[in-house]
Amino acid sequence: MRTITYKEIVERVSKMCQEANFDLGQDVVEAFQSALKNESSETGKDILEQLILNADIAKSERVPMCQDTGVSVFIVEVGQDCHIAGGSIYNAINEGVKKGYEEGYLRHSIVDHPITREKSKGYNTPSIIHIELVPGDEIVIHMSAKGGGSENMSSLKMLKPSDGLEGIKKYILDTVAMAGPNACPPLVVGVGIGGNFERCAYLAKKSLFRPIGHRSERPELAQLEIELMEEINKLGIGPQGMGGNTTALDVKIEIEPCHIAALPVSVNLNCHASRHKEVRL
Amino acid sequence: MCANKVSSPIDEQVLPSLKAGDRVLISGTIYTARDAAHKRMSEALQKGEDLPFNIKGQTIYYVGPTPAKPGQIIGSAGPTTSGRMDKYTPSLLDRGLKGMIGKGYRSQEVIDSMKKNKAVYFAAIGGSGALIARSIKSMEVIAYEDLGPEAIYKLTVENFPAVVIIDNEGTDWYQVGKEQFKKQADQ
Repeated sequence: MRTITYKEIVERVSKMCQEANFDLGQDVVEAFQSALKNESSETGKDILEQLILNADIAKSERVPMCQDTGVSVFIVEVGQDCHIAGGSIYNAINEGVKKGYEEGYLRHSIVDHPITREKSKGYNTPSIIHIELVPGDEIVIHMSAKGGGSENMSSLKMLKPSDGLEGIKKYILDTVAMAGPNACPPLVVGVGIGGNFERCAYLAKKSLFRPIGHRSERPELAQLEIELMEEINKLGIGPQGMGGNTTALDVKIEIEPCHIAALPVSVNLNCHASRHKEVRL
Repeated sequence: MCANKVSSPIDEQVLPSLKAGDRVLISGTIYTARDAAHKRMSEALQKGEDLPFNIKGQTIYYVGPTPAKPGQIIGSAGPTTSGRMDKYTPSLLDRGLKGMIGKGYRSQEVIDSMKKNKAVYFAAIGGSGALIARSIKSMEVIAYEDLGPEAIYKLTVENFPAVVIIDNEGTDWYQVGKEQFKKQADQ
């Protein structure tokens, strides 16, 4: 059995939190550049140019691209044949986040109590951690620094099976239209369909971890992703909601089986600062 | 980029020249405040107390910056979603607030109050906090220091890039801009 130490997880998580906030992935930067060629709004072009410049500054000066350095969301694939020595994986990840956010001068954006709004004592922790047990002896940590503005405009609805594909499309388009400028477009739109109430939201979140431009492996979903992206970009919302034809950089869909009476659909919006990193231990 | 220069505090005389959709560069003094600071200011007003700064003619920037690294004036400092401040905004406009910088929709109550009191709402580019920080030349905490990034800071800015979203006549660029490009897409 392979052994991975607590300390190694802390160090790797600390580093990935900083990298996620300083270094916007190449997939996103390329999506900005490609959008810039197709955008017809002058203000929209100007915004895309500023976002490319902003990403350059963040990377070269090692400062966060956005002041909302987010809630750290993790999807961790843990190989069932590996052993974590020295403490719990949850504690290791949270310790890594605390270290990474403090040392990287990233913002502490967590309240412990959602009603009293009392600030958390652990620097930007606790994180949201999803663990998936998988075959093998490796650990793959996927991390996202998820901003609050786009999360606030996300939505879940239990549709009726009779609403069908048309109902699903309408709900997704309505959610993006309602979000308008608030979610910081151009967006990455994550969609979960099926599962049950909580699983559906997770599917939408999980879809956002797929790099921009990577289509679903299921042909019917890949087709739907392309179709929805075209429809969303006809809404006119544009960069920062100021009008234009770049409202979404990509659409991602994940599905799962569900109850005969159910059609859960969730839309998890990601702002253009789609900060995702991955490490393999 | 062609942009109008705007000074803050904002002179009421210049408001009619600021039209929804105009790109602007703001220079002068602005004050930061977001959710927690707005709540405290609102509580102060309810108790009949003064606000922590004289708000007449001033501009509030909805921002909670990241901590400054050694040698920096301010960390990354882009706008947060303005709508969360809507509940508290009309009472500040009634007391002379003239400018707001944020991102996202405003409520009808805020737009009505802006028309009544003559004020302007600008949007900065959400998610460009590293770039925006370059236009901030000084930063001084003036109230609610215990709130950390949510405290009220007085900022000196030079050529801070923004767009007029809602002008003093209540025209909302988010609606106008969207309709314009939706029509193009439909054709």
